[in-house]
Amino acid sequence: MELKTKVIAEDGKQEILITRTFDLPVELLFKAYTEPEIIEQWMGTKVLKFDFQKHGSFQFSTSDPKGNKIGFNGTIHDFITNQKIIRTFEMENMPFGVQLEIYEFEKLSENTSRLKQNVIYQSVNHRDQNLKLPFKQGINWAHNRLEEILTKSK
Amino acid sequence: MKLRRDVFQAIADPTRRTIISLVAFQALTPTAIAENFDYSRQTISKHIQILTECEILEQEHKGREIYYHLNPNGMKEIAEFIEPFRKLWDDRFNKLESVMKNYQSKK
Repeated sequence: MELKTKVIAEDGKQEILITRTFDLPVELLFKAYTEPEIIEQWMGTKVLKFDFQKHGSFQFSTSDPKGNKIGFNGTIHDFITNQKIIRTFEMENMPFGVQLEIYEFEKLSENTSRLKQNVIYQSVNHRDQNLKLPFKQGINWAHNRLEEILTKSK
Repeated sequence: MKLRRDVFQAIADPTRRTIISLVAFQALTPTAIAENFDYSRQTISKHIQILTECEILEQEHKGREIYYHLNPNGMKEIAEFIEPFRKLWDDRFNKLESVMKNYQSKK
């Protein structure tokens, strides 16, 4: 079976291409990226500000499993309704840099659509750090759980 | 000739995965790595040796100390490193799809 979500990260490049097909009309897919209440639901983040217009900005806030708050922000550079969004995105107070995100929305049929999410990082190193982040978190959480078990068994 | 170990064998072990996560943030000496574990120094040295043979870790000499850091080329061989990233987005997109299907049926 072909994977619905694909990630292409070529060696030595500072970008990632994420593609996904949805069982949704393209209008609804686009809406998921432009309505703050909907973003909150699927991104699992609090939307502090979301001014969806050219040169408008947005701010998110998420809590990690330990309850620490992590802030995110970005600016909408440009958009074409149901076709394209160009924006920046940055994790605050983290060494991961700012990223440029180009979203392309494509109608496949009345009820299916495709998203191409092209993310460009400041450097190859920044790209690789971001790419490894979920892997590292996975290890850290596994490690923390292991520590908990060890502490309890003492 | 030494048989080159399989990278997947290297990351199959939880201690070695923890070592990878430690040096992912900064280059460390074997002593600094061993301080994070209750195992003997010899056990940790063995794990470091395996990771070095797999070219996941690289040695760097600074004065009399040896520091270990991640070898970016070795890491790239491991497609599994990308899998948690892909999984994260796949989960998010699944959520998006179900949220929007609900939204659609409410209209």
